[in-house]
Amino acid sequence: MSEGKTMTITVNGTVRELTPDVLQKRLVEYLREDLDLTGTKNACDIGACGACTLLIDDLPLKICTKRVHEVAGKRITTIEGLARNDGTLHPLQQAFVDHGAIQCGFCTPGMVLTAHAFLLKHPTPTRSEIRRAIYGNLCRCTGYQQIVDAIAAAAPYYATHSQP
Amino acid sequence: MADLNKPAWRNDAFAKVTGRTRYTDDLKFPNLLHAVPVYSEHVHATLRGVDTRAAAASEGVVRVITARDVPGTNRFGQIVQDFRVFADDRIRHNGDVVALVVAQTRDQALRAAEMVRVDAIPLPSVLDPEEAMKPGAMLVHEEFGTNIINTHRIRRGDIEEGFRVSEVIVEHEFATPWVEHAYMEPEVAVCQVRSDGVMEVYGSMQHPFSTRRFVSAVLGVPLADVEVIGTPMGGGFGGKDDTAAIVCARAALAARLTGRPVKLMYRRDWSIRESYKRHPYRVKYKMGLTRAGRIKAVHCTIIADGGAYCSVTPWVTWRSTVQCCGPYEVPHVHCDTFGVYTNNPVTGAMRGFGSPQVNFVVESMIDIAAQRLNMSAIELRRINMVRQGSVTITGQKLDNHTVAMEQVLDAVLRETDFENKVRTCPRGAGHEEEQYGIGLAMSYRGVSLGAEGVDFCAAMINVQADGSILIETGIHENGQGAESAMMLIAARELGVAVERIRYRRSSTSVIPDSGTTVASRGTIMGGGAVTLAAQDLKQKIAEAVAPAMDCLPGELEFRDEQIVHPPSGRSTSFDKAIQEMFSQKRFPHAFGVFKAPTVTWDEHDGQGKAYFTWVYGCQAIELMVNRKTGKVRLLNAVAAHDVGSAVNRAMLEGQFYGGMAMGIGYALHEDLEVVDGRIQNANLNAYRIPRAMDMPEMKAIIIENPDPESPSAAKSIGEPTNELMAPAIANAIFNASGKRHFHLPIRCVPEG
Repeated sequence: MSEGKTMTITVNGTVRELTPDVLQKRLVEYLREDLDLTGTKNACDIGACGACTLLIDDLPLKICTKRVHEVAGKRITTIEGLARNDGTLHPLQQAFVDHGAIQCGFCTPGMVLTAHAFLLKHPTPTRSEIRRAIYGNLCRCTGYQQIVDAIAAAAPYYATHSQP
Repeated sequence: MADLNKPAWRNDAFAKVTGRTRYTDDLKFPNLLHAVPVYSEHVHATLRGVDTRAAAASEGVVRVITARDVPGTNRFGQIVQDFRVFADDRIRHNGDVVALVVAQTRDQALRAAEMVRVDAIPLPSVLDPEEAMKPGAMLVHEEFGTNIINTHRIRRGDIEEGFRVSEVIVEHEFATPWVEHAYMEPEVAVCQVRSDGVMEVYGSMQHPFSTRRFVSAVLGVPLADVEVIGTPMGGGFGGKDDTAAIVCARAALAARLTGRPVKLMYRRDWSIRESYKRHPYRVKYKMGLTRAGRIKAVHCTIIADGGAYCSVTPWVTWRSTVQCCGPYEVPHVHCDTFGVYTNNPVTGAMRGFGSPQVNFVVESMIDIAAQRLNMSAIELRRINMVRQGSVTITGQKLDNHTVAMEQVLDAVLRETDFENKVRTCPRGAGHEEEQYGIGLAMSYRGVSLGAEGVDFCAAMINVQADGSILIETGIHENGQGAESAMMLIAARELGVAVERIRYRRSSTSVIPDSGTTVASRGTIMGGGAVTLAAQDLKQKIAEAVAPAMDCLPGELEFRDEQIVHPPSGRSTSFDKAIQEMFSQKRFPHAFGVFKAPTVTWDEHDGQGKAYFTWVYGCQAIELMVNRKTGKVRLLNAVAAHDVGSAVNRAMLEGQFYGGMAMGIGYALHEDLEVVDGRIQNANLNAYRIPRAMDMPEMKAIIIENPDPESPSAAKSIGEPTNELMAPAIANAIFNASGKRHFHLPIRCVPEG
């Protein structure tokens, strides 16, 4: 850590200073306990299930094994940061709702963020490319069918907007 | 009937997709303590003592709890009270908990848990259920004098006569594995003592009422002194009943002993180690048929590994017994079923509940028999399947509802072009690297609890002065969309927009004990209660407004937010009618109770009306088997199920797809590896549930035959969808490769 310079992290657009004790915390604990951003789930502790997926500089990452200092200086988007400022859903979130892609909802935050990062880079995917993109996010309720439907339905929005 | 063109709707979707839903672990409590369970290294041992001194002295530790600290009963169980909240005399499986460490932080509790010393003398383990059944076997519970938990039997017709008149006899043995539920949210509970002395319980569970029973028994307090508050949960699939309740009971005890709120949050490896699984089955099956394809006799022996505790093994194996011949009329049946104690992981309820195992056997046997008879497997099914007025193997005449067996079969055959495609299957012939196969399976399934217990459910509708509506039922939201279904049924019955309705999450201190949200009974039982409550409410409203409308209450209809008198064309709005009720000092409040129709059974011969209604389903799959690698690639899957009446189409389809996915996992991926009583793959990296790329594209065909026994006309869907993919895949793999698989999960061996 650089001396005399405060480390920061940007979470959903807000810059936050990181004290030394925070830097050593588990990232998932910092988000869930300190910032009360409980949309990020912890379901396996070993990066196997994807429920803890966040966007770090727009790239999806399973963070349950990460410490805060590993992402210092980065820009983090959690599920709480995806909806519009006026409270309306992001078109991808709306597609999840409209296609019945949500059951118990425990995998949903990680799934939505993984799909968002994928569509940012691949706005015209095939269904099998979508399946490959969400390979690391486990869902036990849906069989993924309606999740793939939702992501496919949201893709045109990404293809036609410069800052989706 | 559901509007097929509307987008999906559920009341909790916005909260879930924005991450706002507060699951148990997301709730915040001031002054919260953290608890972690302590296990032992043993599989079977005499427990002499638990030394907690070092752990108790460890930094941050507030209390270490063992069996000695339980003020009420340390034993619980829905059928047999053999489960311990904390191990006392013995350790009976590797997931037994010997102590609970409660500390200021989770890390402190985890550190101290390592310091608990278990003084135990290992005992020989009994790990093979067939060995465990033999006289003289090591007993898991000495007080019972046997390892046999239960037996069930079917005696129908004359089995010897049945085989005497059979011209072809097919006989095979099958085996199925342990399956982990793998709900995404592990077990968790937070408990606190309220200022009025009531223990408040929040947790991830399917059964708030049995949780309340266990918590009150463990604490030794009345049911009214425990309030279990329904909390959003991350999946259950039958798995959040016994273990979830015991986790709540331990957290409640810790809260009572420390006087502070306590959270007990399970790590995935603890969850897999301790929670109950789907039963592994061994089935010996012998079927006799005529050359014309009429099944004359079935003789089968079913052995279920119940693990260390009874849980609901007698009920799971009862369903297996009743459904041991699949949806076929068989005149001569001899079935013996055994649930057996071992020192293996505990087994209990899981989506399907004893049917996935026997359906794998029966639907494989039908295809094997058809091949022996040189007959189409579809033709063989048509000859023997149940139809309107058929009599089941327990002597139940199927005449009180539409028997849709042929309807669902035909729907799948049409959708897949099955009979043309199956003729092109190579069955191992040819030289292509990948071989194509299509396969199918079908079932019927008794709805709701059957002989498992008293089956009734309550609902309340409470209309507020402004016309907004609160509903509450005894059914729990497990993630399946139960609340949404209840709201849609209420809106449909009351003729109002669903937007008027808010579902009040249940509390055990408000709604009466309506049983557990299992057995695919949520929609039929809860929806039945909501329908009856809504009908009662309409009667009350009609009585209040009829005089002013100059008509009889019975002449009024509720539709489009209006109360209408069709003969005169007069109408009043729902809001005005509610205002009128309040002005007349009448509450627009109704309570509905749906009591399931009576079922009967006879322990001696298994005969009786096993279930009050049945659902019918058929699933098919197309796949490719790679001869070089043994890899199975799934192409398309189709399912048709008769659901009675569709309530919420997208959620219904979600049940199809989710159930099929779990069935695919059962067929090809999932195998909880248990070696010497210890689970080897206790996390989601090694225990492999289906991923998005493992899944084929799926199609759901919803068949509707409104059920006269169900007030809402709806039946069940959660479990039927989960019980057919394994045999459909086994049959498809045979049609591709010519190889028959008798064990799950199926492993295709590469050709050398």
